[in-house]
Amino acid sequence: MNAIIEVKNLTKKFRDIKAVDNLSFTVEAGQVYGFLGQNGAGKSTTIRMLLTLITPTSGEIELFGMNLSKHRKEILRQVGAIIERPDFYKYLTALENLRLFASMSGVKVSEKKLMEQLDMVGLAERANSKVKTYSQGMKQRLGIATALVNDPGLIILDEPTNGLDPQGIADVRNLILLLSKEKKKTLLISSHLLSEMELIADSMIIIDKGKKLVEGRVNELFDPSETIVELKTTDDAATFEKLQQSSLKIFMHGKRNDCLLLKLHRNEVPSVMKELVQMDVNVVSLHSKHSLEDYFLSLTTGSTHVEAATN
Amino acid sequence: MWKLLQIELFKIFKRPRTYIAFGAIAAIVFLIQIALKYDGKSYIDLLLSNLSGSFEFSDEFKGKLLNGYLICFIILNTLLIQMPLLVALISGDAIAGEANMGTLRLSLTKPISRTEYMLVKFAASIIYTLALLLCMAALALFGSMLIFGTNDMVVMRSEGIEQIKNFDVLWRYFAAFGFAAVALTTVSALAFLLSVFAENSIGPIIATMSIVIVFTILSEMNIPIYDQTIKPYLFTSHMVAWKGFFYVKADAEGTTINGSIENFPAVMRSLGILLVYIVLFFGSAVWVFKKKDILT
Repeated sequence: MNAIIEVKNLTKKFRDIKAVDNLSFTVEAGQVYGFLGQNGAGKSTTIRMLLTLITPTSGEIELFGMNLSKHRKEILRQVGAIIERPDFYKYLTALENLRLFASMSGVKVSEKKLMEQLDMVGLAERANSKVKTYSQGMKQRLGIATALVNDPGLIILDEPTNGLDPQGIADVRNLILLLSKEKKKTLLISSHLLSEMELIADSMIIIDKGKKLVEGRVNELFDPSETIVELKTTDDAATFEKLQQSSLKIFMHGKRNDCLLLKLHRNEVPSVMKELVQMDVNVVSLHSKHSLEDYFLSLTTGSTHVEAATN
Repeated sequence: MWKLLQIELFKIFKRPRTYIAFGAIAAIVFLIQIALKYDGKSYIDLLLSNLSGSFEFSDEFKGKLLNGYLICFIILNTLLIQMPLLVALISGDAIAGEANMGTLRLSLTKPISRTEYMLVKFAASIIYTLALLLCMAALALFGSMLIFGTNDMVVMRSEGIEQIKNFDVLWRYFAAFGFAAVALTTVSALAFLLSVFAENSIGPIIATMSIVIVFTILSEMNIPIYDQTIKPYLFTSHMVAWKGFFYVKADAEGTTINGSIENFPAVMRSLGILLVYIVLFFGSAVWVFKKKDILT
């Protein structure tokens, strides 16, 4: 596989602060690449460097096998992007905005194609409404349409589901999967919605304080079948004692706030549930936490945010 | 580049605020014309009052004085002081407005170099300035010519008055409007430079106007120490040099010479200095913008 993005020893300093610190990663062609990190981790700075909005202090960026600073125009012709929240000319209509940015991309796009793009993101009926009448979710959709209007090989989306309702999030997820699986596009996506990334990303990088914590294929970084289950009962202290003395002790993972945590495989959940009932434990709720989220937290905070099980 | 310029012009002229300046000019010109149409004699009397001690003017002379050419001169004198604000409204918004709207980052991820982007933005600002001047020329010059008719033009000067023949006036206006275009482009370039540093357009607009006001005050002050040290280098000292096209040479008998300009080299020097300022302001803007990290 050939690399679409190759970042080597990238560093960006703002005066004395290192926003990105010696960061290296590679995105292969056709991948959906998750770019994860807490607020202020350096995600947006890195993405802005990939799009030439920020000049790196040191390091190299190659896109499509070409040096970004030397072949800027040639590279950007093949890139579509949303950086943080998408903003548009509010006094222009969605169609006018899309036409304008398509022209700036250097591609000649027919009116039919523009309307198809708007239709794809569910905005065809509001094509001639001024953007100032749009909700944040609609602007986000228009941002995606703008990013795709020049039919780019690489799509960079910074928090693409921000401001979207659950249906909108699902639509964006499906669109990303369509672009990746059917249209064979390469996508770099930063997001705080880790559960979303788990569903769509092939590979990912987690960064913190500008440094890489881990990079690899999602299914290799954690076992998707293993999950943390939050157990809430009418009497957690009594349940804790009962569990300590039962066969379920091996699943105990700790405590968090007002619930107990069990670590088990998904297919073990029904039998555990059955046993809890037999032990006369009054279960209020039982639900699994995404393992990726725990994994993410354990890497970026140095702990699982879980109090260790005692005894 | 042409395509990008079209986009910029489309954005400027699609924006309602763009037309405020055109509306303001039309309103001021119309109000001056109406006032002078119905009470022009009083204005002429006031104008001549300083000279009345040594000259006697007939009513016929006063009537001939109030013609389209003089009205345009009065309007130009009044409006060219206010126009920098109208120019700064658009030029100060050129980059800062895009940063404020959040469209700057999206635009700069397109395959356009930053130098191209700045060239196109500045060219669009100049076109807007020219459109504003053309609007003013059409209303103030041609409008006044239609309403008041034409005749010989009389220019008041501290040392007396000079008369320019009817047929010798129009070209002077074209030259004056051409010069005014360069003068206003200097203000536009300054606002454009300040726009690069800001993330909303209010700052550059206010800063531009503050600089223009302070420099104009310094240019107008009669302080000997400033005459040779500061004044010759202030762009505002040279912005009013368009009046030079209306100062004519006179022969030994005191008759004005048709087609002449009293101090043409001084007008050209002022033009040159304004052009240097434009290059300096715009060059600095490009230099700063190319190095700027886009964080908005």
